[in-house]
Amino acid sequence: MEFNENFILGCSAIGAGLALIAGIGPGVGQGIAAGHAAAAVGRNPGAKSEITSTMLLGQAVAETTGLYGLLIGMILLFVQPLVP
Amino acid sequence: MGTGILLSASADVDFMIHGIFQYEIFGQKVWITTTHVCLLIVMGIIMIFCLLANRAVKRATEVPGAFQNVVELIVEMLDNMIKGVMGKNGPAFANYIGILFMFILLSNISGLFGLRPPTADYGVTLALGLISFTLIHFNKFKHQKVSGVIKGLCDPWPFWAPINMIGDIAVPISLSLRLFANVLSGTVMMALVYGLLGWIATVWPAALHVYFDLFSGAIQTYVFTMLTMTYISDAIGD
Repeated sequence: MEFNENFILGCSAIGAGLALIAGIGPGVGQGIAAGHAAAAVGRNPGAKSEITSTMLLGQAVAETTGLYGLLIGMILLFVQPLVP
Repeated sequence: MGTGILLSASADVDFMIHGIFQYEIFGQKVWITTTHVCLLIVMGIIMIFCLLANRAVKRATEVPGAFQNVVELIVEMLDNMIKGVMGKNGPAFANYIGILFMFILLSNISGLFGLRPPTADYGVTLALGLISFTLIHFNKFKHQKVSGVIKGLCDPWPFWAPINMIGDIAVPISLSLRLFANVLSGTVMMALVYGLLGWIATVWPAALHVYFDLFSGAIQTYVFTMLTMTYISDAIGD
């Protein structure tokens, strides 16, 4: 079956939108990390700087999966590997 | 390329890398792109800063002047950060980590000055990741010897080695992709705001610049250097 270019581009756009659902996971994960960090600062205010740096590091690592989704979306939209 | 349909709403959304000058080497077509130019600008700024800092430190005074104060502040901050993570191994890597920190930070921030951040090009971040990867594995072989490396590969059981190997190879890829995707997302977002909104985007994008260029850039710099340091001190062992 033959599809024209516009149809494939539209489907790529839908696929890019679906790929960005991956952003849900890091959002939840970063929120949990920030919440626990806030609790930890409440329990031990003296260690605030150390807790903050650990939290930021963990959040940045957790963010990676979401960024992979973003990259897939970008590639679908701008590199267009599916267009013949 | 059929980008016309997706971007037909605005011809002026522009965040791609542009070729400036083309030449041929060994039969391959190679481009000098905007990334190279921005990279050279960033490197020039770092060079000038380093020369000035060198002069200031050579003529150091007991009561530091303004510029000497700034230099001491930067060096002290980097030293403390490195010592905090790597402990006694810190001073040996202070040079690499320090210049890495300054380079990535300036590259990320250069979006503020109208450049296209060099780190929004995968070629740059992959190179940084590969340098870190080489350093990690050089130190692994130097400090754990070949027997230690093989023992580390066969950690739970010998047949686990391929999976450990994939884990090792994933390190530079995930390091570089994280930095690249973060900076790229900021660049794309700013390009969309300026390209699509036109005159509406007058003053308030400054807030977005603060978030995408300054905050996100600084966090990603911190994360890249921090992870590099963690991996290196893991490789050295104790």
